[in-house]
Amino acid sequence: MSQSRPRRVHRFPSNNTWMRLRGLMRKEALQIVRDPSSIAIAFLIPVLLLLLFGYGISLDAEHVPVGLVVEQPTHLTAEFTASFFHSRYFLPISFDSMTAAEEALREHRVNAIVRLREPFGKQISAGAVAPVQVIVNGSDANTARLIIGYVEGATARWLERLVREGRTRPLPIAIEPRIWFNAEVRSRNFLVPGLVAVIMTLIGALLTALVMAREWERGTMEALMTTPVTANDILLGKIIPYFFLGTGGMVLSVVMAIGLFDVPFRGSFWVLALAGGIFLSVALGMGLLISVLAKNQFVAAQAAIIVTFLPAFLLSGFLFDIGSMPPLIQGITYIFAARYFVEILQSAFLAGTIWPLFIPNLIALLIMAGLFLGLCRFIFRKRLE
Amino acid sequence: MFAPNLAMSPSSEPAPHQTDSSAEIQDIVLTFHDVSKSFVSGHRVIHALTRVSFTVRRGTVTGIIGPDGAGKTTLMRLAATLLRPDQGHISVLGMDTQREAAAIYGQIGYMPQRFGLYEDLTVQENLDLYADLHGLDHDHRSARYRQLMVMTGLEPFTRRLAGQLSGGMKQKLGLACSLLGTPPLLLLDEPTVGVDPLSRRELWTIVDRLVREEGTSVVLTTSYIEEAERCPDVLILHEGTILGRAHPSTFKREIEGRVYQIHSSAVHKRLIHATLTDRPEVVDAMVQGESVRLVLRDPHPETLAAIVPAIPQLSIAPVPPRLEDWFIVKLRQQASQPAVRSQLKPLTASQTSLSPAPRAPVIQVRHAQRRFGDFYAVHDVSFDVLSGEIFGLLGPNGAGKSTTFRMLCGLLPPSGGHLTVAGVDLRRARSAARQRIGYMSQKFSLYRDLSVRENLRFFSSAYGLRGDRRRERNNWALDQFGLRPFADAVSGELPLGYKQRLALACALMHEPDILFLDEPTSGVDPLARREFWHRILELAGRGVTIMVTTHVLEEAEYCDRIAIMAHGRLLTLGTPDEIKRRARTVECPTPSLEDAFVYLIHTERRQAVVS
Repeated sequence: MSQSRPRRVHRFPSNNTWMRLRGLMRKEALQIVRDPSSIAIAFLIPVLLLLLFGYGISLDAEHVPVGLVVEQPTHLTAEFTASFFHSRYFLPISFDSMTAAEEALREHRVNAIVRLREPFGKQISAGAVAPVQVIVNGSDANTARLIIGYVEGATARWLERLVREGRTRPLPIAIEPRIWFNAEVRSRNFLVPGLVAVIMTLIGALLTALVMAREWERGTMEALMTTPVTANDILLGKIIPYFFLGTGGMVLSVVMAIGLFDVPFRGSFWVLALAGGIFLSVALGMGLLISVLAKNQFVAAQAAIIVTFLPAFLLSGFLFDIGSMPPLIQGITYIFAARYFVEILQSAFLAGTIWPLFIPNLIALLIMAGLFLGLCRFIFRKRLE
Repeated sequence: MFAPNLAMSPSSEPAPHQTDSSAEIQDIVLTFHDVSKSFVSGHRVIHALTRVSFTVRRGTVTGIIGPDGAGKTTLMRLAATLLRPDQGHISVLGMDTQREAAAIYGQIGYMPQRFGLYEDLTVQENLDLYADLHGLDHDHRSARYRQLMVMTGLEPFTRRLAGQLSGGMKQKLGLACSLLGTPPLLLLDEPTVGVDPLSRRELWTIVDRLVREEGTSVVLTTSYIEEAERCPDVLILHEGTILGRAHPSTFKREIEGRVYQIHSSAVHKRLIHATLTDRPEVVDAMVQGESVRLVLRDPHPETLAAIVPAIPQLSIAPVPPRLEDWFIVKLRQQASQPAVRSQLKPLTASQTSLSPAPRAPVIQVRHAQRRFGDFYAVHDVSFDVLSGEIFGLLGPNGAGKSTTFRMLCGLLPPSGGHLTVAGVDLRRARSAARQRIGYMSQKFSLYRDLSVRENLRFFSSAYGLRGDRRRERNNWALDQFGLRPFADAVSGELPLGYKQRLALACALMHEPDILFLDEPTSGVDPLARREFWHRILELAGRGVTIMVTTHVLEEAEYCDRIAIMAHGRLLTLGTPDEIKRRARTVECPTPSLEDAFVYLIHTERRQAVVS
């Protein structure tokens, strides 16, 4: 029923940028709320990871089955083995012969064998060196090292008592370890803070890469590009909503870490927020960059997992100590942003605000954020080529 | 940048906008000048467009017609500034697409192939988004929304998610979104693909209204050649070059006097078709209902008499040519594709029996039902398909034909009723039934990364063929379908027509009794479609039962009988000619099958509203 030609609608360029951006952000918010897979990646997976690392996975060795072989039991050897029976780290099983113990080790019924040779008691009493043979299943190097450490610790404590009671000559040196920052040596205390980096990578890089690739795949990007939106509008229209979502992920993780898992927080929340914001920008930049290059959800997901998520897991120092990696791998960790952020996170939680440590890490993150976002803006054109 | 380009093409005509008077420049909304564009795909370089030049005038509808792969989408994306030409230049509303792209965006409406809708947003939210992006101020919005919703008939559905709309409604919403900014130029890329004939007509009504009432210039692409007849200005694109550009009547005039319809009540249409189709004098022969439509090489009635000897009770009538006839003539002249039909065995009269003896039903459907929750996708449908029959299942999107089809293929169990295929009850032995059927879909369910030979080998082993038998069938497929030269080519890189041949070969590996065709030829060029149906007619002549579902009504003309479904029920069943007769009205005394389809669906909807 329209009459003549409708009048052309007046356009006000300055207001329009805001109008376009608001439109894009509102669309993004509605999509996040309505798409179950976005919700899953943004909330469900983080909560699962937190529960898994908070409760399930622990790098502490506890109740490790250990075979004990005592060739000539005396009251001294009984005292020695008693320290194993009283430890929560071990689950000792006594064997009559070395052969039986070795068989148990091969069949994985025990993870280690502690063997006291025949003249053990005599040698101790005489003040001579009494060797304790420890055989450890080295296939899991981490656990193996822990077992050796515990056995040494148990032996040392036992010896100390002997010396105190004057039953043997004093040792020339006694080590009195004090563990700082994580006095209880709970692995949860450094795993959960590191997990914040993994979760933010998940939201910032993986989810962003996926939703952007979806726009290419479904042809909506094509339609967007022929409207007056600018490349900046499109990129900001993704960055801002997912920045908020990522911040939500960080707050959730921090609240769960402190409230549920009793991880101490000794640093400043402001510094954490600053570092989190910069790290999130890096993750968003990488996610957008991947989707600009891949334009396909399958490839984007693969790429995001390989270049962002897995490094955040494996090469960030969150799960495995960077210092104990081979030099080449140590070198590689420097190109992943998660490394810098995990360092900040772990010290912010466990040590407090240490500026000399924070500043180089923050600078590295800032450079990476600038690099990825800039590269993204440089490559992203309103073209399909 | 501009001058050297011109200097490089001294042989071509000077750019139109340079010679035309300034008044005419005002009148031109789109100019392509000597534009080329190519892409690299795998090992091949695809020349999507080669030195294309044309102009489009204000206030008309220009239809760009061509089969898939002709370069239509590339052309539209170039015009929408989404691609950069390798060579030449393009101007939209007087602005260069490379230098002034930013100014163009606000002035064009562009609807990409999948409509560019956000499926998890409602109709209203999609409109709001695009209104924001176009910078529409809030005072003018509600009026424009109302106007567009009334025009598209989407007013009752504004709160529905776009993903839950039917194909036709999505297409209209996509159109509404691209029209929000009241663009002087509207670019629609294949707006009618995969959409039922009724929705296609509704779209055309909207487009006509836009041109008339808002003075919009519309450029659209389509692979349905019959649609182009509605455009006053048609540009025919084939393999990246322009084959012709004129008013449809100009094209048709070129072949006037060469098109005939032949009918005999004594001889079966398929036999007439088979005898005539290989004659050198005949450019094109196709089955159309009970008759055969013929396009001759020369406009001499004597040739006709010479090639149609001694068929009793014959009636020959000259009929007006169609745009597609012209296209076929032109393509045959170019003859880039050699026909492979000479390898097919000729049919004998007994095979295409003149008055078919009462044949046994191969597919029986009795009170079939299929529910999805509370929704009846198929409700009490019954029909029989006889052996050797070509049976078409038509209907608008969401009518339940795909569901029926899937039940018959044994892919979906029925919720009620009785379905047998080749004597096998589908509720009990679905896998046994699947051994007897072949299935081919327009999406060509081939492994794109495998070679032709590997695909054949895979499908033959999937159907349980082994040893010599498998080798024999693989060779048969390579020879029969002219695929031997491409045996080691990666199937994803084959031209569309060859992909279609391969898909059909794969479906026929195990010599099924029944062949299911799901939109088998939409998008392929008319020559490939002719060739495809030539094979199908031959298969039917050998007693293979063919069941086809399609939106291309030309395909429906090949059917012996057609069932039209709507809202999960069977609306009508009969031969194409019977169905046309049922739709005869005062305004439309000789309806085409499409007219009949639209009329019947319309009548049904009106009755549904009344009751």
